[in-house]
Amino acid sequence: MNEQDTDGTVTKRFMVVNRKAPHGTVYALEVLEMVLISAMFDQDVHVAFLDDGVWQLRRGQMPGVLEMKDFSKTYRALEGYGVEKIYVEGESLAERGLSEQDLVIPVEVIARADMARLMDGMDVVLTA
Amino acid sequence: MLHTVNKSPFERNTLEACLKRAVPGAAILLIEDAVYAALAGTTLADAMTSAAQRFEVSVLGPDLAARGLENTALVKGVTVIDYGGFVDLAVEKGPVQAWL
Repeated sequence: MNEQDTDGTVTKRFMVVNRKAPHGTVYALEVLEMVLISAMFDQDVHVAFLDDGVWQLRRGQMPGVLEMKDFSKTYRALEGYGVEKIYVEGESLAERGLSEQDLVIPVEVIARADMARLMDGMDVVLTA
Repeated sequence: MLHTVNKSPFERNTLEACLKRAVPGAAILLIEDAVYAALAGTTLADAMTSAAQRFEVSVLGPDLAARGLENTALVKGVTVIDYGGFVDLAVEKGPVQAWL
């Protein structure tokens, strides 16, 4: 499903799948940095949040109280890097008592079945 | 005994493992990613409400605040404590069993 651009370069459909809560482990921060880097290579980047990954987008995080970096604000910068395909699984939100209004950025909330199909259509999927 | 749990109950079964072994009246403190277990409105809230009747369940406030949950409703019977409260619990209820 690679797209051949006019200049002959190949654009792949990339998806990064976030499944971890933000501050207990370093995965969320590492993945966010990877997404920002991948955006610079003009790939077709998709970012998905499911399971505990949805906690990464929770509004009002103050990791400063633990003397840790508040990278939740960085999700707002994704759009500026051309990363606009951001998907959140509705079931994962509901299981955790969360709604779209609790999140730091506007996202596309999709059903689990649609998330499955979306992932299935990617060229490269990286899950953390 | 003071039991501490630090993993998200949505991802690991350490809280469940702890709840199965703690004796009635034991103190259980939710820290780090385990604080998500204390929230009202989740699929685990009923189980936690029931646990809070059998055990003395508390949750570490700074770990809630870090995750944007400072003003989020908690299940009934769970107490929020700070680092000083953690020390007091360890002194009063120790030894500490950490469910990693």
